[in-house]
Amino acid sequence: MSLEKPYLDVPGTTIFDAEQSRLGYHLNQFCMSLMKAANRERFKANERAYLDEWPMTEEQKQAVLARDLNRCIKAGGNIYFLAKIGATDGKSFQQMAGSMTGMTEEEYRDMMIKGGRSAEGNRVVGEDGDAQAHHQPQGKAGKK
Amino acid sequence: MAKITASVYTSHVPAIGAAIDLGKTQEPYWQPVFKGYEFSKQWMKDNKPDVIFLVYNDHATAFSLEMIPTFAIGTAAEFTPADEGWGPRPVPMVKGHPELASHIAQSVIQQDFDLTIVNKMDVDHGLTVPLSLMCGQPQAWPCPVIPFAVNVVQYPVPSGQRCFNLGKAIRKAVESFDKDLNVQIWGTGGMSHQLQGPRAGLINKEFDNAFLDKLIADPAAAAAIPHIDYVREAGSEGIELVMWLIARGAMADIDGGKPPKVAHRFYHVPASNTAVGHLILENQR
Repeated sequence: MSLEKPYLDVPGTTIFDAEQSRLGYHLNQFCMSLMKAANRERFKANERAYLDEWPMTEEQKQAVLARDLNRCIKAGGNIYFLAKIGATDGKSFQQMAGSMTGMTEEEYRDMMIKGGRSAEGNRVVGEDGDAQAHHQPQGKAGKK
Repeated sequence: MAKITASVYTSHVPAIGAAIDLGKTQEPYWQPVFKGYEFSKQWMKDNKPDVIFLVYNDHATAFSLEMIPTFAIGTAAEFTPADEGWGPRPVPMVKGHPELASHIAQSVIQQDFDLTIVNKMDVDHGLTVPLSLMCGQPQAWPCPVIPFAVNVVQYPVPSGQRCFNLGKAIRKAVESFDKDLNVQIWGTGGMSHQLQGPRAGLINKEFDNAFLDKLIADPAAAAAIPHIDYVREAGSEGIELVMWLIARGAMADIDGGKPPKVAHRFYHVPASNTAVGHLILENQR
């Protein structure tokens, strides 16, 4: 019998469930290692060599090197773990979240100040809200 | 006998902690957020508890993917503020209350909730930001704190109904403790926010305010909200609101007492990626 997963049709959203967690185990544990200052230094000194110490897939390593958080999430990453990479880079949570929308930092910050992204059209895949696949990327950063 | 006298609800955004620590609370962006907590800081001084039972979630800090407890109660004598990657927050050590915490663990497990008992754990912004919002920047926190961590990171997280029922069990546990203690229960996290994917930045003021209304006046209805409604309406991280139901379930009216008094209510958008919601409910004698 299959498991109940009513969240698969929410646009622009990956729910970190047991399946994603299995997929991303080593990626997320690599992220955890960055909570130690000495590991952050070693990672920054040679990112590829540090990543090669982990049994991650090549896709996971490439996604980290590219700092492409959407790719990291697709490969099983979870935002609270991936945030350790952002912290290592000196990025705020807002900068990290914004980077997944294709908006520039200013565009995303302005959207939040104006009250954030509306749920209208963004509840179910197939509606016409700004988070739907056919409206990506959303801003100037993604259109470069 | 120990008694739960009040419950406090608040968001726990990390950027709020950074704004406090870096002295930015009077900047135009942050000023409206902190104004909403001025009442609360005075209220804390006027209603100082003996112990705070603080429901929060760990954000891949104390618990990596090595172990994912659904409900974890901190029974240690003290808890160190964690280095989440930006360096530890410059806030006081968190003193625990091992005696009451162990009592609650035993009682709640005997009421069929399988808690994980944690004797060594660092605490992250989920726990320290609410303390900073309610207490400011003291040399020491005003009282001992029992950390109670809920898994809202890996699905499935506990349902709102289970959290609400757990609150009832915690109330019974506290009231069966022999020493006279004034206990507050805090539920933290939320409100609407999403930190991932192209839908990042979702905010839903209508949902949030309806949730506040329900939490106050019809908590059983709030407890019945299924996970998927939080995800669709309040964003993938809006699911943190289930933690508010633990605190609400521990209030007297759920056990046949009087409805609580709404001492304070506040709502503001945004703090970083998040809608800030805040309530103080007092049990009536």
